[in-house]
Amino acid sequence: MIRPEEIKMSTEETGKWGMVIDQDICTGCQACVAACAMENNITFVGEKDSGYGRSMHWIRIERFWEGEYPEVKMTPNQPMLCQQCGSATCEPVCPAFATVHSQAEQLNLQVYNRCVGTRYCANNCPYQVRSFNWRDYKRPEPLSNQFNPDVTVRRRGVMEKCTFCIQRIHKAQDTAKSEGREVVDGEFTTACAQACPASAITFGRVDDPESLVSQLARAHGHGVKHLEELGTLPNVTYFKGG
Amino acid sequence: MAGYNKKAEPAHAKAESHSHAEHLREKHLMLDPLPRGQMNSMVMESMYETSWKFWVVFAILSVIVAYGLFYSWGVMIAEGLGVAGVNRPSYWGIFLVNTVFWIGISHAGTFISAILRVFKAEFRRPFTRAAELMTTFGLVQAGFSVFMHMGRVWLAYWLMPYANQRMLWPNLHSPLTWDLLAITTYLLSSTMYLFLPLIPDLAMARDRSTGWRKTFYKTLALGFRGTEGEWAHLRNAMNIFAFAIIPVMFSVHTIVSWDFAAATRPGWNSSIFGPYFVIGALHSGMGAVIMVLAVVRGTMKHMKYFIRAEHFDGIAKLMLIISMAWAYFFFNDYMVQWYGGDKWTHQLLHFHEAGPMGWMWFAMLIFNIAVPWAVLWNQKWRSTPWIVFIVGFFINVGMWFERYIIIPISLSINRMPFTWRLYEPGIEIPLGIGTLAFFILLYMGASKLIPLIPVWEVEEGQMAHELKQFGRETVVSVSELE
Repeated sequence: MIRPEEIKMSTEETGKWGMVIDQDICTGCQACVAACAMENNITFVGEKDSGYGRSMHWIRIERFWEGEYPEVKMTPNQPMLCQQCGSATCEPVCPAFATVHSQAEQLNLQVYNRCVGTRYCANNCPYQVRSFNWRDYKRPEPLSNQFNPDVTVRRRGVMEKCTFCIQRIHKAQDTAKSEGREVVDGEFTTACAQACPASAITFGRVDDPESLVSQLARAHGHGVKHLEELGTLPNVTYFKGG
Repeated sequence: MAGYNKKAEPAHAKAESHSHAEHLREKHLMLDPLPRGQMNSMVMESMYETSWKFWVVFAILSVIVAYGLFYSWGVMIAEGLGVAGVNRPSYWGIFLVNTVFWIGISHAGTFISAILRVFKAEFRRPFTRAAELMTTFGLVQAGFSVFMHMGRVWLAYWLMPYANQRMLWPNLHSPLTWDLLAITTYLLSSTMYLFLPLIPDLAMARDRSTGWRKTFYKTLALGFRGTEGEWAHLRNAMNIFAFAIIPVMFSVHTIVSWDFAAATRPGWNSSIFGPYFVIGALHSGMGAVIMVLAVVRGTMKHMKYFIRAEHFDGIAKLMLIISMAWAYFFFNDYMVQWYGGDKWTHQLLHFHEAGPMGWMWFAMLIFNIAVPWAVLWNQKWRSTPWIVFIVGFFINVGMWFERYIIIPISLSINRMPFTWRLYEPGIEIPLGIGTLAFFILLYMGASKLIPLIPVWEVEEGQMAHELKQFGRETVVSVSELE
């Protein structure tokens, strides 16, 4: 006889890095989208491909509306990015181990040079936040001169997605280590959170109860994790209508 | 036996039974034996004698393959998958539709050959090889289609478990890894299964040919002389393969279905997909076998002797049963998904029927169920080659639609409404036509290089069957075959 408390879901992971997004103060200005593209060397696919569902954004602002015309009411904007699931559906389906879980940072990593482009991970991502390099897109001048040296440039046929700016995480950890201390909350943040003029995005340690993300999550108390019912253990919490 | 014949019979009864015997002979290949040498030379002639029409079709197909398959694929490798129609959210498109389709086609070859051999169905004898060839050539096209699908096809060997310095292995949790392993196993075993019964025929061809053909057959016949020991070994090997390849065949399409069934997507996450895909594969495969047989019979010399109405009749009966089984699985899959009440699944089912591609859903049901049920119940119709050719064609179109509905159409909507978008094929069209042309091209080439009829199996069957006269009755008697 199995008692209910003996049934273990794959909820072991507590998460390390997480995000809180307040949809009520998001203005939909797309600054996070632009900052993310600058930080992570994301290519510009152009109008035509973008219109055909090939836009490459690691974060996107989803806009919805309620009601029928002319009684249309906008609902709060919804920034959507990789939820860095604790039990990610993208990971087990990759035949080449190109998308793997980082034990140290508890993030979903995409190993670009291992990716062969079966695109199974993108199909299996319930949040549809993975971007595929459909072509080798040209970067017009002067954008070709502003690559971030800390981030790999991807070629055609490779999947990519939000990394929670893992290069910034590593940089902060290295600095802290060389100074013989721990990383302080708020010492660094992701490009999207940094660029947000309304401070709708907050990034930090979800496993530290004193961090700003944890405090915000407690203060609001009605946070939503998207598609949590699938058992993906997402690490991004959304607030709306508060 | 002789005693029965001595009995006096009324003249009209004799004539009647005589015409009945004639009728049976005309109907059944097994009762209409020809001398060995004549049958051998008929099969040799069917390979040797080629009309100019063959070469015209061959040339046209070669051009289509060169442009549709190789040039277009080269462009896609150089430019990236942007030239195809895949997008977000339809990350998988016609390439995987074609992969599943060609694996389905390849199923019937083995099904007809191995299952009918295991159950000793006598009518299988003349067309087993024609069906087995479809397995091998269909799998070649499935391989092409799945490699086209990859973003970086030049790294496809990373999906294989091979020794490397960094000790990197393919991910055995991924259905795709198993897919590749299953397809490779199936390709290797079905090619061997095609080759084994071919050996005596290659030896026959070796003894009746000259020039480069002689060298070709001599090499492939592996020095087969027809001694008792060689036959015993061959029969043993064929027996093992006939039994062993049946579970392999079932596993292949079940594993292909896991690519979908194991995913976290509404409409895909269905536990019945394994058997549903196997039946679907047989449905399209049987349709393809009957189309190929109709073409072979119509175009190649002497084939009207070997392939007769009884064979179309037999295969068409199987098609009708498989069509019913497919309808049953389709209904079961649909019913349980609908009953589940998940809102995303409901949305998807509604999108299938009433969405912009709803016509395809209805066409699928008409082609896969209504057309075979309306035609194949009639023995006269199902024995007519051109009628079953058309039915087979409709079934194949219907089954292709089914895979199209499962892959790009089901991917078009998901749990993130912001990303919903329809899929429009691009370079997939020339590439898909290219694989079809390559399949026909390989088949045409093979029909001129290897005996398409397993002569020794037909001879064996004819020797075992005999028409005997018992009183007024003409009876088909069969001696025990090993």
